[in-house]
Amino acid sequence: MKIPTCKVLLLLTVILTACDVSQLNNPYTGDEGKRSILYQSFSERPKHFDPAVAYSENEYAFIAQIYEPPFQYHYLKRPYQLTPLAATKMPEIIYLNKQGEKLGEEAKDSDIVYTDYVIDIQPGIQYQPHPALAKNSQGEYLYHHLTQAQIRPLKTLNDLKSTGSRELTAEDYVHQIKRLAHPKMQSPIAEVMKNYIVGFEEFSKQVADKQKHEIKNIPMSGVEAINRYQYRIRIKGKYPQFIYWLAMTFFSPMPWEADVFYDQAGMSDKNITLDWFPIGTGPYLLAENNPNRRMILLKNPLFHLERYPSEGEPEDKQNGLLTDAGKQLPFIDKVVFMLEKETIPYWTKFLQGYYDASGIASDSFDQAIQFTGSGGVALTDSMKKRGIQLQTQVETSIFYMGFNMLDPTVGGNSERGRKLRQAIAIAVDYEEYISIFRNGRGVAAQGVIPPGIYGYAEGKDGINPYSYDWINDKARRKKIEAARQLMAEAGYPYGIDPKTKEALILYFDTTSVSIDDRPTMNWYRKQFEKLGIKLVIRATDYNRFQEKMRAGNEQIFVWGWNVDYPDPENLFFLLYGANSKVKHGGENAVNYENPEFDRLFEQMRNMDDGEQRYQIIQQLQEIARHDAPWIFGFNPKNFSLFHSWYSNLKPNLMANNRLKYTRIDTSARTEKRLAWNYPIFWPLALAALLFVLMLIPAIRAYRRRARETLQ
Amino acid sequence: MIHYIIRRFLYAFPLLMGVNILTFVLFFIVNSPDDMARMQLGQKHVTEQAVSNWKQQHGYDEPLLWNANAQGKEKITRTIFYQKSVGLFLFRFGVSDSGRNIGADIQERMWPSLALALPTLCVGLLVDISFALMMVLFRGSYLEHAGIVLCVILMSISSLFYIIGGQFFIAKLLRLVPISGYDDGLAAIKFLILPVLIGVFSGVGSGARWYRTLFLEEVEKDYVRTARAKGLTETQTLFRHVLRNALIPILTGVVVILPLLFMGSLIMESFFSIPGLGSYTIDAINSQDFAIVRAMVFLGSVLYVIGLLLTDISYTLVDPRVRLS
Repeated sequence: MKIPTCKVLLLLTVILTACDVSQLNNPYTGDEGKRSILYQSFSERPKHFDPAVAYSENEYAFIAQIYEPPFQYHYLKRPYQLTPLAATKMPEIIYLNKQGEKLGEEAKDSDIVYTDYVIDIQPGIQYQPHPALAKNSQGEYLYHHLTQAQIRPLKTLNDLKSTGSRELTAEDYVHQIKRLAHPKMQSPIAEVMKNYIVGFEEFSKQVADKQKHEIKNIPMSGVEAINRYQYRIRIKGKYPQFIYWLAMTFFSPMPWEADVFYDQAGMSDKNITLDWFPIGTGPYLLAENNPNRRMILLKNPLFHLERYPSEGEPEDKQNGLLTDAGKQLPFIDKVVFMLEKETIPYWTKFLQGYYDASGIASDSFDQAIQFTGSGGVALTDSMKKRGIQLQTQVETSIFYMGFNMLDPTVGGNSERGRKLRQAIAIAVDYEEYISIFRNGRGVAAQGVIPPGIYGYAEGKDGINPYSYDWINDKARRKKIEAARQLMAEAGYPYGIDPKTKEALILYFDTTSVSIDDRPTMNWYRKQFEKLGIKLVIRATDYNRFQEKMRAGNEQIFVWGWNVDYPDPENLFFLLYGANSKVKHGGENAVNYENPEFDRLFEQMRNMDDGEQRYQIIQQLQEIARHDAPWIFGFNPKNFSLFHSWYSNLKPNLMANNRLKYTRIDTSARTEKRLAWNYPIFWPLALAALLFVLMLIPAIRAYRRRARETLQ
Repeated sequence: MIHYIIRRFLYAFPLLMGVNILTFVLFFIVNSPDDMARMQLGQKHVTEQAVSNWKQQHGYDEPLLWNANAQGKEKITRTIFYQKSVGLFLFRFGVSDSGRNIGADIQERMWPSLALALPTLCVGLLVDISFALMMVLFRGSYLEHAGIVLCVILMSISSLFYIIGGQFFIAKLLRLVPISGYDDGLAAIKFLILPVLIGVFSGVGSGARWYRTLFLEEVEKDYVRTARAKGLTETQTLFRHVLRNALIPILTGVVVILPLLFMGSLIMESFFSIPGLGSYTIDAINSQDFAIVRAMVFLGSVLYVIGLLLTDISYTLVDPRVRLS
């Protein structure tokens, strides 16, 4: 059958006109419609979505939007403060003596043997629709007794079509705490919690041979549901920081039905586990879980009423952060997280408007940021032209250089060792390090506590007087002569070791083994050379490095800590003697032990914030600065970029559930994307023309050759 | 032929066992079960008890190769090597150290790998052979010299440059395709255009030169002279006779890599965010997930053995003089 040429032409015209060439580079398919969709990326596949196990930032990015612990950090108020989330109010805290009798609030720490946290949760909160809660008309669970034949064809949780929901109860919070204790869960905080929650360790032993779904009816002595909406956690002694743990997803509710459902034989073979398909009460539910490519969060249709905060800091109103005050959360309908491992495509997509927010990788830093005359930072003109917003925030983390206090040369409590450490602390110029290796993204740390944590002192009072002087209202690093003087006092004049009569040799243990790390290692060498010290770099892989740390075979190293909660206890415990790594396997990597420091720490950790606690914190800082087991390195500064259509932006390093506050102006985004992404075709036409021109001599040559062959 | 195939499969068993032992030994020289546990448990609050629990839960609490405390055959069977290896020969890859079923992951991720590798191979073959034939057609002329110079230039440039350059020019400057990503079904096409194009382009230099050598060897043979003597044009000689005879080494060279297409491309998949098996393996190595590394090495070995077998069989199909015995 012959098809008329005009029909073919007509068809081609229809196809070509139907093709929208305005955004050929759009990585998303499907029509967004009127829905508000936020596009983000993730670079590393999250390992766990089970709130009993998840403990890393890339996991929190998802599960903090899905699960709801009883408390959360206030989005706008600073310093960071807790506020009820699923709870109706802050917990009632009751101190008890050994006999279990109630004590007054002014009770001495030594009298307090137990502390009860009584938590009331809001009635009427519903779980997200989930197959584990689906019931038939007789009220029986639909999917709790699946046969192998039913499980075999399943590929994802969404293949189970029926879903159900039920009301959140206090028992669900109790069940989750039991799950934390279950040895099969491998919860990273189980070892910490067994020191605090009454009955935690005993429960752990009791259920060791039981399946997860079998623990529902086995009681844990320190945790109980008082009624449908109230539960109590009893902890040992007084531990005021426990309240912060209650704002972490570890203490989110978990319906027992989830364990029964996911524990069915054959489900894990299909990768259908609680670790991959969460069930929560939060503003979002995980609609697509493909950690190899894309994760999608959708607004939970059963999310309870939660409103945008109506109070914050004084400047919040001026910054437009209270425009949405009192409005129902969340504002975004759908959040798409795309896997993006390489920085170049990630950055390009951000500039094309396909990601709404971005960090700044080192190779695109100069493109995005410029330094102002006064030493501040600002966006480059090209970024400003696109309306991009910059947000900076000093992180509540610290990177420090540690001295192994068990080492005979750099460690110990002797005056010699202390002066040597103090001298090195002056010589290692972290301001220079931040400028060279971090594009200015950091501030040189003056003590153990980073800015934003209670006890941090600003200005002259907050400097480290052993390494800095206060000159012209600024902390200035002491001159290198001061360090050399300390070296001489320590018995190493000009860096000469009296034993060998040669330059003192120190060893720096690191995991920086790649060629890219060489400039950093050379920089460290040069810092030590200022004092005449020869620094030997011992680079090794992370496993061997950890082995050395556990055995105390290292001398000098660089380590970091990101706080779990905004309390100085979570930082000073890194220098607490009972936490030393070699003796006790704890987090005190430098194995520092100072009885006075330990005494003050024990006093401080149980105190409520106030003048007395503040003064003790300053004393602890002073001891740490004087003894110098750490060189206080730097506190990293986070730089984030957001497009102009992104609003309600306020850095909050403690709250991980920030998505619900985010608002996107989708029409502005569509407009900008269209303007930024129209394809350019003329180079293709030019290339085609060039190709044709190149063919001409080839065709001529071919014809000539063909004629020659024939002749 | 059937006997030959069976015999080759039987030979494969000790070979695969050897590969398995080698992978096992190499992996555990670098990482102890304690290291693996610490890697999976993260960096905070990791106690010896937690490490011990993890090892017990994941079956890494037994000795590596020989259990001196066990009795009888349990000296071998109650070891990490035995426990983790037996399932492989039944293609039961088990669960990764992070808790996911490896078999399900492989099934899911091999398709994107294939979707990238197969078009790259086919289009690449077509382009390489065409280019090589052109060079042979114009042999001795400035066009051939220009072609060789171009091939050497293309070969000398790192594939990473093609990737970054391609992404910059085509995706960023011209905005013709998405710079990275993947989608299901036909929607994947727009994401595959650029990596396939780059894959083809980066292979043209070496491919065309290799095929040119094969064709040049053929054009000097007697049958070609006879064809010319019969009065066939150069084009007819090349396409009807030379190409057909040169297909034997081309075909056998392609068949051997066919099964390995499933294994994916490490760099391409990473740069273009294609969720294939190449990036799966790299991620597993980075996170010290021995279960995945072992499964992927085993699968690679099996596929390579199959590839070699298919090559032998393809010889018999394209060259009737070859007999397998």
